[in-house]
Amino acid sequence: MPDSLNLINVSRHFGNTKAVDNVSLDIPPGQFVGVIGRSGAGKSTMLRLINRLIDPTEGEIRYGDRVVTQLKGKALRDWRRDCAMIFQQFNLVDRLDVLTNVLIGRLAERGFVSSMLMRFTDEERTMAIQALDRLDLVPQTLQRAGTLSGGQQQRVAIAKALVQQPRIMLADEPIASLDPANATLVMDGLRAINREDGITVLVNLHTLDTARAYCDRIVAMRDGRVMFDGSPCQLTNDVVRDIYGTEGLQEFNEAATSTQKVAVMA
Amino acid sequence: MSAIAEMTETVPDVGPSAFTQFERDFAARRRSARINWALGSALFFMLFFASAWIGDFFKITQVSLPDGTRAWRWIIGAGLPRLGEYVEKTLPVLRWESLGADFAEWFWRWKIWLKLLVETVLIAFMATGIGVIGGFLLSFPASRNLTPNKWVLFITRRLLELARTVPELVWALIFVFAFSVGPMAGVLAIAVHATGALGKLYSEVNENINMAPLEGVKASGGTWFDQIRYGAVPQVLPNIISYTLLRFEINVRSSSIIGYVGAGGLGQEFRTAMSFQEYTDLSALFIIIFLTVAVIDYGSEKLRHKMIGMGERA
Ligand SMILES: Nc1ncnc2c1ncn2[C@@H]1O[C@H](COP(=O)(O)OP(=O)(O)O)[C@@H](O)[C@H]1O
Ligand SMILES: [Mg+2]
Repeated sequence: MPDSLNLINVSRHFGNTKAVDNVSLDIPPGQFVGVIGRSGAGKSTMLRLINRLIDPTEGEIRYGDRVVTQLKGKALRDWRRDCAMIFQQFNLVDRLDVLTNVLIGRLAERGFVSSMLMRFTDEERTMAIQALDRLDLVPQTLQRAGTLSGGQQQRVAIAKALVQQPRIMLADEPIASLDPANATLVMDGLRAINREDGITVLVNLHTLDTARAYCDRIVAMRDGRVMFDGSPCQLTNDVVRDIYGTEGLQEFNEAATSTQKVAVMA
Repeated sequence: MSAIAEMTETVPDVGPSAFTQFERDFAARRRSARINWALGSALFFMLFFASAWIGDFFKITQVSLPDGTRAWRWIIGAGLPRLGEYVEKTLPVLRWESLGADFAEWFWRWKIWLKLLVETVLIAFMATGIGVIGGFLLSFPASRNLTPNKWVLFITRRLLELARTVPELVWALIFVFAFSVGPMAGVLAIAVHATGALGKLYSEVNENINMAPLEGVKASGGTWFDQIRYGAVPQVLPNIISYTLLRFEINVRSSSIIGYVGAGGLGQEFRTAMSFQEYTDLSALFIIIFLTVAVIDYGSEKLRHKMIGMGERA
């Protein structure tokens, strides 16, 4: 039985900036959650707190009975494996081939020597190829990651996340650097993983229509605080205007088409 | 829309007053640049002349003239001819009619020299190998962006500094004392110095890498070692190989003199030649070393360019 993810009064300060300010969230397993908000609202910081790439100034994060914010060493690495992270700039190793990049998702399971020698088992390679197949990337398996297009690189990053066999997938603006066609492929990939594998997805988005099209639940942030938390239909234009002001709404509408409408309807 | 609004907001500032302000600022900056330049040049020449003075460059010395009288002369003017005399002494007598015999006479110890030359190159090779491994391993904790904590950074940096600030010849003296005369002392001496020098160079390469791949490895549950192995090493490898080949060239030069203090290789022959006053041996040894270094430089340069080309193509 998968557990739910709880953020309890979590804050993170950088000097005088309250990047995340007293955020409490309860995310049940299997939900597809979109986090929206203007640049600097604290969306990335929140995801990095959950994956423990940074530590909170205050508050606690729990996953079932695991107190995520207290994990250390191997337990911390196991947690990072359990909540895979996808970045806006993909964060792949350009000079390594696609297969090795995907196998990086297995490192938490490897011993020191086999990891340093880049030695993986046949089962692991099979897992990697299967993950690549789900994202239609098998022909690129032996290509250097740096030679792929942005959309392909982001799908490699998703395949890498998949072989981690995670419970949660965190995606920090995964489509912000992609064209609409590729953005659609990536979002569809995340949705498939969410529906077929029951993996919780928490995705930062910068466009409203994408959030509305894909998410079960939308969380809106501003200045580190959660200003709205509800279903997409509750997020009316009036609510958005209340939260962001007319200027903010304009900003969203200008960048409204980050995924293709056709695919959204399908 | 908002961009236009921002522009119109800033327009009122760009009037005639803004231009006069700019002209004033620009003139001020030019003035201060000129003053800095003048001060810098003055300081440089003062230091230069002070160094020359301390180094006896202006010294006047007494020399004997051909007619037996003594006279005062500027030391550099008086010394230069003697430089020629010394070089002349090391040159062999080569005559066209007995060229083969003269050459045989010049390179009379060629069997010993050939053996020592092989030893010299092997010392450099092995020392480079050890230095690369040591420098490579230490370069990661010694990089500001990669070090696990600041104590490890401090300690590894000081270690590398110690290894490279002590000259090879001094390390060689220490190791000859500890392990007795022979090539092992030479290998260790050059390896320690190369570790320090390469560790520093490698860590500078490390400090310029893109950190995003490392974050990607970390976010998947990788250890610090995994981050280095998968995120950093593939990025720095082409530079590492290039610096390593350069270092091999430098190490061949070092290993050819290190024998002077008994640490193996051709260097010991310089000492022998000097003590037996076999001055022509010196020019023979010089030619051997010069040719060896030239061949190795040429080869490794070719190899380096090939590597760099490969890195860019793939
Ligand atoms: N490492 C950091 N050091 C200092 N300030 C930071 C750091 N990371 C984020 N911030 C600040 O925290 C705030 C939230 O940033 P971020 O979480 O990146 O917002 P978003 O992802 O919503 O654009 C911003 O004001 C940003 O400048
Ligand atoms: Mg962000």
